[in-house]
Amino acid sequence: MNNRSSFRTKLVSSPYIVWSVLFIIAPLIFVVYYSFTNSSGSFTLENIEALSKYIPTFLRSIWFGIVATIICLVIAFPLAYIISQKTDKIQRTMVMLVMLPMWMSFLIRTYSWMALLQDTGIINSLLAKIGIGPIHMINTSGSVILGMVYNFLPYMIMPIYSVMAKLDRSMVEAAQDLGGNRVAVIRRCIIPMSMPGVVSGITMVFVPSVSTFYISQKLGGGSFDLIGDVIERQFQQSYNYNLGASLSLVLMVLILVCMAVMNRFTGDEEGMVI
Amino acid sequence: MKKIFSVIFAVIIAALPGITAFAAPSDIESLRGTKLYVYNWGEYISDGEDDTMDVNAEFEKKYGIEVIYDTYDNNEVMYSKLKGGGVSYDIVIPSDYMIERMIKEDMLEKIDYSNLENYKYIPEKYRNLRFDPTNEYSVPYTVSYVGLIYNKTLVEEAPTSWTVLWDERYTNNILMFGNPRDAFAIAQSILGMDYNTESPIAWKVAAELLKDQKNVAPNYVNDEVFLKMESGEAALAPYYVGDFLSMKENNDDLEFVYPKEGVNYFVDGCCILKGSKNKRAAELYIDFLLDPEVAKANAEYICYGSPNTAVYENPEYEYYQDEYLYPEEGSFLTQLFCNPSPETLALMSTLWDDVKNYIPSSATNNHNFFFGSDSDSSTVTDDGEKMTPEAKKYAIYIGIFVFICLAYVVFRYARKKYRESV
Repeated sequence: MNNRSSFRTKLVSSPYIVWSVLFIIAPLIFVVYYSFTNSSGSFTLENIEALSKYIPTFLRSIWFGIVATIICLVIAFPLAYIISQKTDKIQRTMVMLVMLPMWMSFLIRTYSWMALLQDTGIINSLLAKIGIGPIHMINTSGSVILGMVYNFLPYMIMPIYSVMAKLDRSMVEAAQDLGGNRVAVIRRCIIPMSMPGVVSGITMVFVPSVSTFYISQKLGGGSFDLIGDVIERQFQQSYNYNLGASLSLVLMVLILVCMAVMNRFTGDEEGMVI
Repeated sequence: MKKIFSVIFAVIIAALPGITAFAAPSDIESLRGTKLYVYNWGEYISDGEDDTMDVNAEFEKKYGIEVIYDTYDNNEVMYSKLKGGGVSYDIVIPSDYMIERMIKEDMLEKIDYSNLENYKYIPEKYRNLRFDPTNEYSVPYTVSYVGLIYNKTLVEEAPTSWTVLWDERYTNNILMFGNPRDAFAIAQSILGMDYNTESPIAWKVAAELLKDQKNVAPNYVNDEVFLKMESGEAALAPYYVGDFLSMKENNDDLEFVYPKEGVNYFVDGCCILKGSKNKRAAELYIDFLLDPEVAKANAEYICYGSPNTAVYENPEYEYYQDEYLYPEEGSFLTQLFCNPSPETLALMSTLWDDVKNYIPSSATNNHNFFFGSDSDSSTVTDDGEKMTPEAKKYAIYIGIFVFICLAYVVFRYARKKYRESV
């Protein structure tokens, strides 16, 4: 009986195992293989050595990712709280509104921001009408971060909201009964309890922000690279799969380190709740 | 059973070129119902929009061969897709240097020119070109030039030289090619170099010039050039003359000039890929593209120059003797791209990475919308130095951020311990 059920579990899980081996493990092995070989296939550390040239690009990408993530968090947390306080019907509509832009292609949305932010674009022509001189917005680091925040904000709102919507109301009530004012309830009760949502939100925004490439090309004017741009160029224009793979590998390791630090951070937070 | 069929099929395929020499119509008839896979640039064929001719549909109607049509947006993407395997096309239309590369790597099939009745319309000057010297693999499809597009309301005087792209009066208003080959060609024109030089020093000098251009904060673009020039967002952009004609339809302030230092001229040619399963149909298709009517429809749709005498000598052609598309020969220098050696290619892409990441000391202020002006930026960045002031700035920011996070964690931990002890 026991044997049979374990066989069954294996059978049920086999498609997922095959899937992850084919599409997750195998590509990773390829990435590692390419990053330690040269174009003729023999072992080399050249690609890793060449990376030192890209340190500024890495730093820039990580910093932009951090800034975009913090801005997303600052916007998303109160918004998710507000949504979770509404009635079910309003909640559904508001969640819909958050998701709505994602029904359109990410590329089209970024391209439209270009038309909005241009010196002769929609925002500047509106500003000109009310007598404010044109503000140079496109091709700046600010517009790249704006693009990241705009595109990845839903990934921050959704996990936080889904945790908050399922919060144990009795905990909040208990806090209120014990004499906590609104601020104390939010600070001591809601924030610690919604931490799992915040962590997954941060992960879901930080990772794509660091590795993005389209946004920086369109909104940054291509005058400074993010690491994603460099990787894309190695694969699409220079046929240098090896350097591209080693850049990706280092980026993955960096993100893993960041995530490990994050988890450490929240481990403590959960300790606080108990 | 299946095997037998496939063997017979293979024999027929192998015998096809032999048969074609004798029987003309019947073998074309036998191609009815087959499929032809075409891989071409985006918006590079007349597609029936706005009462133009739908070339693929016409071809299907005439020969009963189904055309399966895919597009790419640059030679490199097309090349990596073909190299990556898993796709099989019959026809591709790459540019000159890519044709040369593909011939060298044995990716192209020889074309049987006796099957191309309309090849007579290709004049001598477009045969035996440098990338296909023996004229065995390609049939020219378009011929065009790169030039300088400018918005006459935004420039002080009409430019005549590439150096205007380095002019500080137009800071923030300059567009530049987002791909290394075309960008380097402009610098090489100014420096009077050969585009196809194999000398590393020459490439490095050109890269220095491109870095110098960063002082005017050029915006590196690909297709966005249309949006930005048509809306009057930018004053100057190097781009292809054919695309200038499409832009001018939407913004009449745009003008075009061939800079005196010389320009790149390019030829895109139809080629048949090795391993094509329907080579005879591919030749029919290429011949169909050369047909005077079809070629005229295509030339008017794409707005690029046509190498077809039946088009450019036809007074009814929309761009007949157009001063931009068909400039007087020899009135300025032109150079063709060749396929660089792998070493040069690798050098070009590393140098391009350097150019892209170079932050000139005086231009730092242009990128400080968000972080305020950096007072340290007056220090001259040394090329050999890897940590530019900008990188140092980000390193410090990240350091501070990590420090705050750690401090917070330590603080929480200490407080927890303290509360437990109380």
